[in-house]
Amino acid sequence: MSDIADRVKKIVVDHLGVEPEKVTPNANFIDDLGADSLDTVELVMAFEEEFNVEIPDDAAETIQTVGDAIKFLEKNAG
Amino acid sequence: MFDLSGRKALVTGATGGLGGAIARALHRQGAHVAVSGTRREALEALAGELGERVHILEANLSDPVAVEALVPAAEAALGGLDVLVNNAGITRDNLFLRMKDEEWDSVIAVNLTAAFRLSRAAVKGMMKRRYGRIINVGSVVGATGNAGQGNYAAAKAGLVGLTKALAAEVASRKITVNCIAPGFITSPMTDVLNDKQREGILATVPMGRLGEGAEIAAAAVYLASDEAAYVTGHTLHVNGGMAMF
Repeated sequence: MSDIADRVKKIVVDHLGVEPEKVTPNANFIDDLGADSLDTVELVMAFEEEFNVEIPDDAAETIQTVGDAIKFLEKNAG
Repeated sequence: MFDLSGRKALVTGATGGLGGAIARALHRQGAHVAVSGTRREALEALAGELGERVHILEANLSDPVAVEALVPAAEAALGGLDVLVNNAGITRDNLFLRMKDEEWDSVIAVNLTAAFRLSRAAVKGMMKRRYGRIINVGSVVGATGNAGQGNYAAAKAGLVGLTKALAAEVASRKITVNCIAPGFITSPMTDVLNDKQREGILATVPMGRLGEGAEIAAAAVYLASDEAAYVTGHTLHVNGGMAMF
């Protein structure tokens, strides 16, 4: 796993309090990891802070799985 | 009880009668207070009176750019933001049939839209810190209506809906959102009433007197306090009994 993937995974585990094994690229934040819509906003805020990147609202809406987040950040983060 | 030591508060409309009283009261309980308003001199006078733990943030809330900048400025000055008091308000009274679009728009912009945008900005940091108090200053006329104040009453009623919706969204993050609805309070807004108008108003107030700014401020102190942690989405009417809900 890439460095970015590890950092994303850590944020998701910390924020949602889920088992690390469950945080797979295909895991959907809401359907699989028990996030509510406010959690997804907070996750995006946490990604922005960790990777020092701005995630616009329309991009944030497309980030629904762990893999979506990793892909977006690999493309856009420093 | 009601100790606000170390809490960081932003009060809009702090040069008005109510805003000044609220800023003083929060400060007296130990809070660091950022006072915002349009009149620099009045802000400086208030800050001079309070002494330490005060920051002046001049802002005209009818200017969207100034609204966007205010919460970041407060967070920078205070080192965070725990309490947001959306108190700024203006009146542009007119009979409904004669009300100009501009009178409607300007009152909605300052009294409702600015509160929305300031709350949206403030909630971000509050969610991260898992603590926050948002206090919207409404009005009894938001619940009762008032002839000649269609714009003002609509904005103040809008604040009540905003309060409830936001309260439901952020309660799980330990942020409370409440509204204070003052009745007739001694302030520059009511000083312009003539004796006959004043008598007419007092006849509708069981307490038989106007309220004092400090009596609204006490409600703000309560809602800002740790003790009010389980109160959210509420509208606290402080009106001497003129309308009971």
